[in-house]
Amino acid sequence: MLVPLSWLKDFVAADRPPADLSDAFNELGLVVEGIEHSGEGLDDVVTALVRTIRKHPNADRMRLIDVVTADEQTETLQIACGAFNFHEGDRVPLAKIGAVLPGGFKIERAKKRGEWSNGMLCSARELRLSDDHEGILVLDADTQLGIPVADALGIVKDTVFDLSVEANRPDAMSIVGVARDLAAKLGTAFTFNIDATPVTSVAAASQPRASITATDLCDRLTVTIVRNVTVTESPDWVKMRLLGAGMRPINNLVDASNYVMLELGAPSHAFDLDKLAGGRIGVRWAKPGETITTLDGNERRLAEDGAQDGLIVDGNDIAVGIAAIMGGATSEVDETTKSVLVEIAHWTPMCIARSSKRMGLRSEASARFERGTDPEMLQRAAARFVELVRVTSPNATVESFDDVRPVASAVRTVTLRTARTNLVLGTELADEAIVKLLTPIGFICVPTNAGECAVTIPSWRPDATEEINVIEEVGRHFGYRNIPRRTLSNNRVGQLTQYQKQRRRVGVLLTSLGCDEAWTATLIGPPDLDRSGLANDAVALTNPMAKEESLLRTELLPGLLRTLSYNTNHRNPSVRMFEIGHVFARPRPNQVVPYEREHLAVALASDGDDAPAAVRVFDALVEALRIKPEAVALKAGELPGLHATRTARIVGTGTGFPVGAVGEVDPAVLAAWGIDRRVGWLQVDLENFCALAKRPDEIAAFSRFPSSDLDLAFVVADATPAADVEEALRAAGGALLLEVHLFDVFRGDRIAAGSRGLTYRLRFAAADRTLTDTDLVGVREACIAAVLKATGAPLRT
Amino acid sequence: MSTPFVGQNRRFHRRHRGSRTTVNIEELATIRTTAVASFSAADSLDALKLAEIEALGKKAPLTLVSQGLGGLAHDERKAFGAAINEARGAISDALVERRNTLAKLERRRRLDSDRIDLTERLPSVGPGHLHLVTRTTQELEDIFLGMGFRVFNGPEAETDWWNFEALNFPPAHPARTMHDTFHLELGEKEEVLLRTHTSPMQIRVMKEMKPPIYAVMPGRCYRRDTADARHLPVFHQIEALVIDRGISLGHLAGTIETFINAYFGKELNARLRPGFFPFTEPSAEFEITCPFCTGGGCRVCSQTGWLELGGCGMVHPSVLRNGGVDPEEWTGFAWGFGIDRLAMNRHDIDDMRHFLDNDVRMLRQF
Repeated sequence: MLVPLSWLKDFVAADRPPADLSDAFNELGLVVEGIEHSGEGLDDVVTALVRTIRKHPNADRMRLIDVVTADEQTETLQIACGAFNFHEGDRVPLAKIGAVLPGGFKIERAKKRGEWSNGMLCSARELRLSDDHEGILVLDADTQLGIPVADALGIVKDTVFDLSVEANRPDAMSIVGVARDLAAKLGTAFTFNIDATPVTSVAAASQPRASITATDLCDRLTVTIVRNVTVTESPDWVKMRLLGAGMRPINNLVDASNYVMLELGAPSHAFDLDKLAGGRIGVRWAKPGETITTLDGNERRLAEDGAQDGLIVDGNDIAVGIAAIMGGATSEVDETTKSVLVEIAHWTPMCIARSSKRMGLRSEASARFERGTDPEMLQRAAARFVELVRVTSPNATVESFDDVRPVASAVRTVTLRTARTNLVLGTELADEAIVKLLTPIGFICVPTNAGECAVTIPSWRPDATEEINVIEEVGRHFGYRNIPRRTLSNNRVGQLTQYQKQRRRVGVLLTSLGCDEAWTATLIGPPDLDRSGLANDAVALTNPMAKEESLLRTELLPGLLRTLSYNTNHRNPSVRMFEIGHVFARPRPNQVVPYEREHLAVALASDGDDAPAAVRVFDALVEALRIKPEAVALKAGELPGLHATRTARIVGTGTGFPVGAVGEVDPAVLAAWGIDRRVGWLQVDLENFCALAKRPDEIAAFSRFPSSDLDLAFVVADATPAADVEEALRAAGGALLLEVHLFDVFRGDRIAAGSRGLTYRLRFAAADRTLTDTDLVGVREACIAAVLKATGAPLRT
Repeated sequence: MSTPFVGQNRRFHRRHRGSRTTVNIEELATIRTTAVASFSAADSLDALKLAEIEALGKKAPLTLVSQGLGGLAHDERKAFGAAINEARGAISDALVERRNTLAKLERRRRLDSDRIDLTERLPSVGPGHLHLVTRTTQELEDIFLGMGFRVFNGPEAETDWWNFEALNFPPAHPARTMHDTFHLELGEKEEVLLRTHTSPMQIRVMKEMKPPIYAVMPGRCYRRDTADARHLPVFHQIEALVIDRGISLGHLAGTIETFINAYFGKELNARLRPGFFPFTEPSAEFEITCPFCTGGGCRVCSQTGWLELGGCGMVHPSVLRNGGVDPEEWTGFAWGFGIDRLAMNRHDIDDMRHFLDNDVRMLRQF
């Protein structure tokens, strides 16, 4: 909301420096996003006469202009100028050498393509007078020469505050609303000197000019008929205020409507009465598929797909406007207009918000209606409109004023408790102090009991419906900065959950293993899934910004591969990356939200990394999280996107939950991402992984007696997993077995084709004695027999 | 070394196993000099061993001389014996000294042959790095943990109810326009969405535990914003929620100050100014003294001395009710801010889009 200070001063004596006012606005929550000083920087811009125009000898897109600043002046000033919209004899603004234009641009004597330019002729935009930058601003022919351009144009210096108005402050979408709030903050008077009832209510003719059939859409509709208007330009002061508030002047009727909207927060619409069938309007809901051509020339279909749109219709029930959003083309005011029907209404905010969002049509008016306007402002707005029109159309007369109000707005009151107010704010305000803060902003308090009053909510605050809203107003005007700081007296212990601790531990371990953590996009595109060898069963976005960001990731694989690809392309192919993030599958039965899980994935692409490296990382994670080794197993398997013969599923032996996969990324997938090295891969459902059974907290006793090692080499068929051999050894080793390690794998001529040699070192000990040879011979025989039985693998001889 | 000796130049005679060796004092001196010289000449412990045998072994001249002592008269024997012992002692001392020297040299030689240049660094897999956002999140969590808060995590896909309705954003509420929302092709039209803020966690925490609640909820959020230097459609927020008896706006302001002082490690002030969020009332935006210039004005704070951090407010009574908490018995506050933005400010990162590249040249700096 752009608020010119001069306008504000119509209602409040804001005689403070702009910086102080800015502080006051900020404390009110009307945050100042910028301050513009209009009319500044024009002191050294004067009116000048274009005497001659000459060709620039060295440039086609520039001319040499000789100007004077007085008629009788013979000595001319040469200016090089790139605009072509003016002629000899025109009067134009000249920024003299040394002038500093609004925005800080300093004019200096300069050579342009070898010719001196002794100043600059200015466009309206360069002077910050409007957005017009089509050419130099050509002034009226009778403009006095040599005077400041500000004087010639009647520009007054002004300060414009750009205020950010929150959704709960519809009142601050108007100059008077801002003025009321500011006056209360500054402790000065708010002067609302606009007459509420000057509209001569010529007894409404026999036929009413307004009707409402949709009371849920519109609860008050006023129609003012104004005759004998002349469509012309608005007076300069109106134009300057509109420009200051960021609106372009159009003509006196449109400008009057906009002026009233800005000043009072009451948008209105003027119809050309002669183009309006029946000379009357009504408000109703649109019928499904009904169409209207709006002011912008677009035909719009309404009330489609069960949606509701409000309409303004003429006497023949034909649509002439979309309620509160945009007028129709057929009854638009133009230069021939003689009589207008001015519609000012109060609409149900939510209805307008829905329609405007669906149609993608937002205007200054709809923005105000969406937040809620003041239903009690309508008559005053009509009066103000007429008053403004009469400035340029002194003969204009009000023929009639209709005010249709099927349901009178109820007076809204809430009970405000002093104790509650002080509890929420942390203040110690007395009853009277609260009343003193609320009264200036129109919240009328009537004490009911001690420490309690009934507060009447002003009509311009539709947002306030409960006690808490009123408490906020007390706080706002008391000043947040004045609220004493308090500290919490919390004796609770803060700590992470087991899962959160484990998740941090994963990060510590993986970084210690040389992995860098990545954060990849949750939103991916179908090609990402294709390239990663994953099925496209991802949950899709209804309204993606781009196709490449239209799906929720189902795995962390595409994101990490993109990251490897990116770093490869930046000549850093040797990386280890991990990510912990949410992935999304289609909803589970009877669920509407995606099946969302937190996953961990590790991509190992440093030199020499491969599937075994990934398994080592997995083993380290198992160790670091104190997971029981037997709680989890690797089972060879094929998974989408992963190397068909170098991948194993990770299976929880106790929980039955799928835990993840470990191995390598499919070479074809890597090729698709432009990665030309093996990439070891580990992915786990982190919640399931962390839920695996843990080693006990109690220490496991270890023997005081010496241990003995036994090395056993087996010839094992390639199809038999080493894990099976190990499992058989563990079972056969019994209570004496401490550890089993595979320490050598060998293939070659001395081993039968289709097999490999696996050598295990087994360490044995007893808790109560030193093992004897007999013990060892016994377990040795048992182990050999068990492996042979379980896997068919003989001892290598 | 050699001591003047009584009876110099006199000859001594000794009879032994039929041989008689005659040595005079000069010869004894020569034996001693020769032995010491032979030790000095030995350049290894092995060579010294040989020299030792030459000088002190059974056939060494000194040994032979000693054997000749028996044939001397008592006085002479005594005097000459002492001379021999003195020579032997000197030779032994020289031997030990040389042995120590050589042992030291040999140890040194072995070490020298073991020498490596520790600045010959071949690349290795060094420790990796947590993502800056993770690191920042953990730092923030740790401060809250120290203040007695617990950490809660929740889903990123939510229904409209959790993300909006329960937080007091009715359908078509104007505040919804501040949350450009990604909807999912699930359920009813616009029913399922990606959370636009971490605030749904307020309701989730209230439903999970009874007050008093001291909770902090970091997480990933989504808004349909075009990516630019200061925005990504995907970003991270952290939200704090306190619900207890007697909690006021004063507690909110005080807690923010406690927190920022801990996080930035200096005395900073928090400034609240009225704002609007449907789920808090009163609501406020909070700014802190710019931690980079301590209020003096710098590039990070656009010369204002204040840094806008986030939004906050007293939990709206309707939100408490939606979470199953009686607003007459309990009051609370909530506040939240962007983690990415904080990290960007703190580390002078000019473009948020860098986060999504995961360029190791950036990741490895933190």
